[in-house]
Amino acid sequence: MNRSKKMWAGIGAVAIVGAVGMLLAGGLKENVVYFLTPSELVAQGTSAVDRPLRLGGQVKPGSVNWDAEAMDLRFVVQDSVSEVHVASTGAPPAMFRDGIGVVVEGSMGPNGTFESTNLMVKHSNEYRPPHGDSVPEAMYESLISSDNQE
Amino acid sequence: MINLIGTVAITAAWLGAASLAVLGLTAGFRRSEPLLRGAKYAAGFVFASMVAAVGAMEYALLTHDFSVEYVAQVGSLETPPYYTAISLWSSLEGSILFWGFILASYTAVVVWVQRRSHSRLLPFALGTLGVVGMFFYGLVATVANPFGVVSPVPANGPGPNPLLQNHPLMGLHPPLLYLGYVGLAVPFAFAIAALLSGKVDEEWIRTIRRWTITPWAFLSLGIVAGAWWSYEVLGWGGYWAWDPVENASFLPWLTATAFLHSVMVQERRGMLKTWNLTLIIGTFLLSLFGTFLTRSGVLDSVHAFTEGFIGPLFLGFIVFITLISLTLIAWRADRLHSPGTLDGVVSRESSFILNNLLFAAFTFTVLLGTTFPLIIEAINGDRISVGPPYFNMVSVPLGLLLLFLMGVGPALPWRRTSGEKLRRTFLPPVLAGVAAAGLAFVLGIRAVYPLITFAFAAFVMTTIVEEFAKGIGARRRISNVGPLRALGQLLVRNNRRYGGYIVHVGIVVIVVALSISGTWRFEREATLNRGQEMVIGHYTLRFDSVSAWREPHRDVVAATFSARRGDTDVGTVVPSTNFYRQDARASEPIATPAVRSFIDEDLYLTLMSFDPSGAHATVRVIVNPGVPWLWIGGMIIGLGAILSVAPQRRSALVRMVTARSEGS
Repeated sequence: MNRSKKMWAGIGAVAIVGAVGMLLAGGLKENVVYFLTPSELVAQGTSAVDRPLRLGGQVKPGSVNWDAEAMDLRFVVQDSVSEVHVASTGAPPAMFRDGIGVVVEGSMGPNGTFESTNLMVKHSNEYRPPHGDSVPEAMYESLISSDNQE
Repeated sequence: MINLIGTVAITAAWLGAASLAVLGLTAGFRRSEPLLRGAKYAAGFVFASMVAAVGAMEYALLTHDFSVEYVAQVGSLETPPYYTAISLWSSLEGSILFWGFILASYTAVVVWVQRRSHSRLLPFALGTLGVVGMFFYGLVATVANPFGVVSPVPANGPGPNPLLQNHPLMGLHPPLLYLGYVGLAVPFAFAIAALLSGKVDEEWIRTIRRWTITPWAFLSLGIVAGAWWSYEVLGWGGYWAWDPVENASFLPWLTATAFLHSVMVQERRGMLKTWNLTLIIGTFLLSLFGTFLTRSGVLDSVHAFTEGFIGPLFLGFIVFITLISLTLIAWRADRLHSPGTLDGVVSRESSFILNNLLFAAFTFTVLLGTTFPLIIEAINGDRISVGPPYFNMVSVPLGLLLLFLMGVGPALPWRRTSGEKLRRTFLPPVLAGVAAAGLAFVLGIRAVYPLITFAFAAFVMTTIVEEFAKGIGARRRISNVGPLRALGQLLVRNNRRYGGYIVHVGIVVIVVALSISGTWRFEREATLNRGQEMVIGHYTLRFDSVSAWREPHRDVVAATFSARRGDTDVGTVVPSTNFYRQDARASEPIATPAVRSFIDEDLYLTLMSFDPSGAHATVRVIVNPGVPWLWIGGMIIGLGAILSVAPQRRSALVRMVTARSEGS
């Protein structure tokens, strides 16, 4: 390979690396999603509005309001200090209930309600069976007995 | 009793691996046949020990011997035998034991396949595999020992993580992935052997040809099976979320794929010696990194993993391998000069080099996005994640460029070409591409990426058909047979090349399916009363009933929907929620979607919630076009890979002729 070809190959490589680098830097900056607790979110005030966020905390007992007809779910996520109101569309996940740990993806609306795009009940990433968190069998027991009677 | 057998077997495996390392490396440096023979016995001994260890663990699992720590952790009397057997890889200690077992098996197969070899590389490679083995068997024997004694012996255990016992694919996905991950240790070992022996010419590359394609194929199938598993189990209707655990399997796949292509340039033209060594060493490092990511708890929190021993040990081993490899490459730098040079800018080798640049950029992107949250958390404690849009933004254009190159590369000759020849080769594929995009446009498709994908897919498929046509034509001229017979001969006698093309077909199918499902998937959630209907796309669903029943290890609540596609009755679709019992209590509900596959798309139902009286239920319905073709594409890749590693059968005449036609 002669000199000029080498030079062009070099320029090409630098151009590719540069372009990819710029894409990456810009993409990372725009797509970083912060994971916040309710108190951290409250502390950020209006600066948190309209940025993609993940909010992690506990569902405040007694705060769940689920309208099955309108598919509208409202609840409060809390930690020991602060509370955040959350609005979500769609049915809650099966384990969702008072007091459980949740991670809510979405963003803070201008009216101070966190608008959820994705609601997850906290799972352990570790491949170990989680303990505690049991669901009252009453939730479906009636179905089993009614079936048995048939 | 089992505790003792297991621990002894593991310790024996570690001692065997230490002997293998010492004997292998010494045999290499001294060129000693007796020492090499000793190393081979050591490899056999390690294999026997690991068979005993895994056998002991399986026995303990299946007989519910809760005095064994691992069984107490993942076993339960109620878990069905199938899931009990595969719970070997449902938790940390068992999966590292399994890793070690596969490593021992690969090492034994290397000894067997190379039994008549007098290569200078073999002793060094065996020694390197011994060193890798020392690390893993060492882990199993000490900090990750699954054979610990539990006292008093519990009467029952909690069973495996519910997510991991909810679908039969769990028996397939982890072993495939591990066969891929661990198998990459073999080409790595031969690369190190090439450096240690100073024989950095093309011999190591010829030796490891199959040793790379085989783990690559397992890794590919493992990734597809993993996507399939998460599709069938997780209930959100997707198959890939750029989750760090998924990326961990994708990273070594990217570099291994780059390597499969760049070695051809070295075989043919003697170029890229240092690059190839770096690539395969990097690939093995990435598979170690993947095991580290998924197994150290680092993803939960950067700070959590330092509490255990596994994370730091893994990181230490990765650093150790990196330093040794860099030192060896620097030491052999004078021999790594490549005699070949790039003759023409438009040639097969230049397209492979571009392919490698793109794969390297792809790897870097995914690696950056995967590790960025870890780095940020380590620096200032902020917990962040990098969203899928970042990965998609880079991977879609890079993927499309790679797709395009897949059509260009194989159709270009080595070294250089003429403009006239280029026109003749590429006119039909370009026309096919334009026609495909045009047809899609006329049919009303306006989305840019799918249009480009269809164009490139048609382009690539046409070049592949051209390649087959050329090959069949050549064979018919040689042996004067019919076209089908000629195709058969082509596949049997030139299996590596045409197997590769079939793999390409599988990739095209997957890319098109990805593009379709990514663009046209739609979903709806609805709460239905008994007997109520809902319409989504051309499907009509009627909610019939909810029923529940008790199984030994779980309770199942299932909702029955009758489905019609257009006017055709397609029977019932039954999504369910499974409540796994742990410690004899009902616990974590796991939604189990029901998937009804048609030739063009999936109808995917997840039961979101149900009324305890069975009067109404909430269901998420997703219409997923293209998805069935992901799994079909995966199977095509598997077939192509099997074909290309199958033993070659060619006569001297055929060898001569194909060499000439390949060289043209």
